[in-house]
Order: sequence, then C-alpha cells, then structure tokens
Amino acid sequence: MAAPRHRRRGFSRRVQYGLFAGYVVAIVGILLAAGLLLIARLDPRAFGTLRGIVVDAGAVFTGVGRVGVDAGNDVGAEISAYFNAASQNRALKEELARERRAVIAAKAVLAENARLKKLARLSEHLPAPILSARLIGSTPTGQRRFATLAAGTAEGVRPGMTVRSSEGLVGRVYESGIFASRVLLLTDGETAVPVKIIRTGQAALAAGQGDGTMEVRALVAGGRQFRRGDLAVTSGTGGVYSPNIPVAVITAVNGDRAIARPLADPARGDFAAVYPIFQAPVSDPPAQPKP
Amino acid sequence: MISPEGNPYMERSRLRATTVPIASTLIGSAMALIPVIATEPIVPPFGLMMLLAWRLLRPDIWPVWAALPLGLADDLLSGHYLGTAMILWTIAFLVLEWVDQALRWRDGWIEWGVASVGIVTIAIGSWALSQPSGSLTSVLTVIPQTVGAILLFPAILRITAALDSWRLKQ
Repeated sequence: MAAPRHRRRGFSRRVQYGLFAGYVVAIVGILLAAGLLLIARLDPRAFGTLRGIVVDAGAVFTGVGRVGVDAGNDVGAEISAYFNAASQNRALKEELARERRAVIAAKAVLAENARLKKLARLSEHLPAPILSARLIGSTPTGQRRFATLAAGTAEGVRPGMTVRSSEGLVGRVYESGIFASRVLLLTDGETAVPVKIIRTGQAALAAGQGDGTMEVRALVAGGRQFRRGDLAVTSGTGGVYSPNIPVAVITAVNGDRAIARPLADPARGDFAAVYPIFQAPVSDPPAQPKP
Repeated sequence: MISPEGNPYMERSRLRATTVPIASTLIGSAMALIPVIATEPIVPPFGLMMLLAWRLLRPDIWPVWAALPLGLADDLLSGHYLGTAMILWTIAFLVLEWVDQALRWRDGWIEWGVASVGIVTIAIGSWALSQPSGSLTSVLTVIPQTVGAILLFPAILRITAALDSWRLKQ
C-alpha cells in the first residue's frame, strides 16, 4: 500500500501555523522534561507528593489483584504438597531432629553471648520494627527495581527506612504515599549495602545490578578470597542498615569480585517489616587534651 | 445545512473518539501495576506499545506534543525519573513525523519494523536516562522485555485497530 499522505501542509495558513505550533510545543516540552530529569538527578526525592499520589492510586489496583495472585500461589503449593508427601515427611522429620540439636546449641551460645556482653558492658541499640505490611507489587516494566509496600506516611513509613522480611534484607523505603510506599529493592542499581562476609569477617560493599543479582566487592584489596556459598550480612557501617541482617549469598566468584543473590525473595515473602533508620550509638567524643 | 443532532449518519460520540486512544495508552502504562514483584524488568512496556500502535495506525489523532503528558503518566507509573518517557516519546513522535514523509510504501511488516526500531531505541534510551549515577545495571537487562514487546507488537496493533473501529462506530 502506498503511504497515505497526512499532515499535508497545503496552502492553508491556519493548518501550517497549527503544525508549527505543535512542533514548538513539543521542543519546549522536551527541554522542560530535560529540566525535570536534571532536578531528579540533583534531588531524587523531588516531586514526592505527586509520585506518592500515583503510588497510592496504583496500590489500590495492585492490592486487589495481589489477592488473586496469592490465592493462585496457594493452590499451586497445595497441589504440589500432595506429590512426594511421604518422602518429604521422612526428610522433614530428619531435618527437625537436626534443627532441634542446633537450636539447643544456639540457645547455649545466646546465653553465653548475653553474659559476655554484660561482662564487656557492651550495649546495643537495635531498633524495633515499626510495623509489618504486605509487599503488593513492583515496577516490572521499568528499569528501576521498586516494590510497592502497602503502608505509607499514615502509618509512619518515611523514606530511608529499612525493610526486611523473615529471610533477610529487602531494601529501603524510597518514596512514600499516604497508604503505600515504594521500596528500593536490593537489586536496584542505586542500592549499596555495607556488608561483611560471615566466614571471614571481611568488610565488603554489595551493590545491585538490576538483573536480580548483586555485586559484592571487598573494601580492602588483597583480602581473603570470596567463596561460593559465603553469606553476607549487613555490617551496620554508615548507620543506615542495622547490623547482622542477612543480605545475600555468593553464587559466583570472579577475581576479587563476586556475584551474590539476595536471600529475601520479595515475591515470596508475604510480609515485610519496616524498621526505623538505624543510627549507630555515638560514643563519647575523646576528651580534649589538657594544656 | 444538515443538522448533526438526531441524524444517525452525522452523529458521533466525540468524547469516545478522543478518549479511547488516550485511555488505552494510559491503561497500557498501568500494566506496570500488575501484582507481580519482579527483580528484573520482565513485563513489556505496554504503554509505549499502545502509543506507537495508535501513532502508526492514526497519525492524525494526536498533535506532536501529545506524547508529553502521556510520557509523564508513564514515568509516574513506571518509577523512572520524571522526564524519561516525556523526552523519549516526544522525540519518537518527531522522528515519526519525518518517517511519515520519507516512507513511500507502507504495510504491516514495515509498521512492525518501524515500531521495533522505536521500541529498541526507547528501551536503551530509558535505560540510559533512568539509571542513577554509579549504577552497575547493565544495558542487557532490557533484552527480555524488549524481545517480548517486539513479538507482541502485532497483537497490540490488532487490539488498537479493534478499538479504533469501536471508537468511530456510529
């Protein structure tokens, strides 16, 4: 088919001016949008109110749909639980016996730990969670990794707060509406979590890669090598994340860097707890030397 | 002169004719609200696909600047920085104006090709504009959703055509 000729300029001045005005508005709009982008670079929390309203409005639809998804997941899990029920039962019993022994050992360690801390007069100010809420959605079409949390400023959720599930760290609150907020997931490119490797105690930085994994980089070059299966927990350095929250497990090592997979799967964890911003207790400043 | 009121051949619902393209594009952008929690971008950019489909099917319904407010809505829903889709979609409209003049021949395959080029370019562009500085996110993360978008585009074009005939039904 030959291409239809539309927007033919013709001889009508009105049509010509109208078209020209359209181009001018478009160019001005592009410049305006570039300005908006620049503002977003300098202050990522800009236009928080407008974005919060959209998060709220979107959460209404997402929350309704989430019920269906959860129900579907449950049906699938119920059906698959019937298969290999017998062998699973046996394996679970064995595991339970193992875990019981481990729990007894852990209780002993806990008691000893508390006693030693008392001895060393070490006090920790670990924050208590503000609330727990459902993760209902995400931004699956965009290039940023956000999840939607079904709690907002009305419940006291503020940008910067830590979100974790029972398996580990989920992320930080990025922007909040009244009833819902956006959580910056660990896998987003903006995330950088100070971690330590449990096996070696080595300090490292875990940063999101946008594809479901994180890159772990040692803070000090020439330290001990990462190993597959190493567990990374928050170190509490910098005072954003409280210490000892499980973050990720290392799945591949290349040189002094490693690829890790977050432990908490936000799609599976139904509830996530919101913690206030952690601030490490400030020790007394060193006394000024007397002259 | 024939009065349009009460005349079944002249009467048409103006409201529906103008709102259907806008509403369907907004619904496409709102596909970001589907209740899955994705740790990588997996859902195709339906808002962009609807926009391109309407623009290719009916080049005359929107002025060039119509991409600005639609892009703003997409930015708000997709979590990108405000301005990302506003810039990219408006540039796409300006380029499509030129493509309309340059193309001498059009059929379904050519439209699919034009849309594919647009989808790939805008996917890379929105990756570049939406990443914070120092991000480790690779451009390769856009591949799954972009492939999905290209493969789904003919279906979107069909849906748009059906919506178009419903929109203009007397």
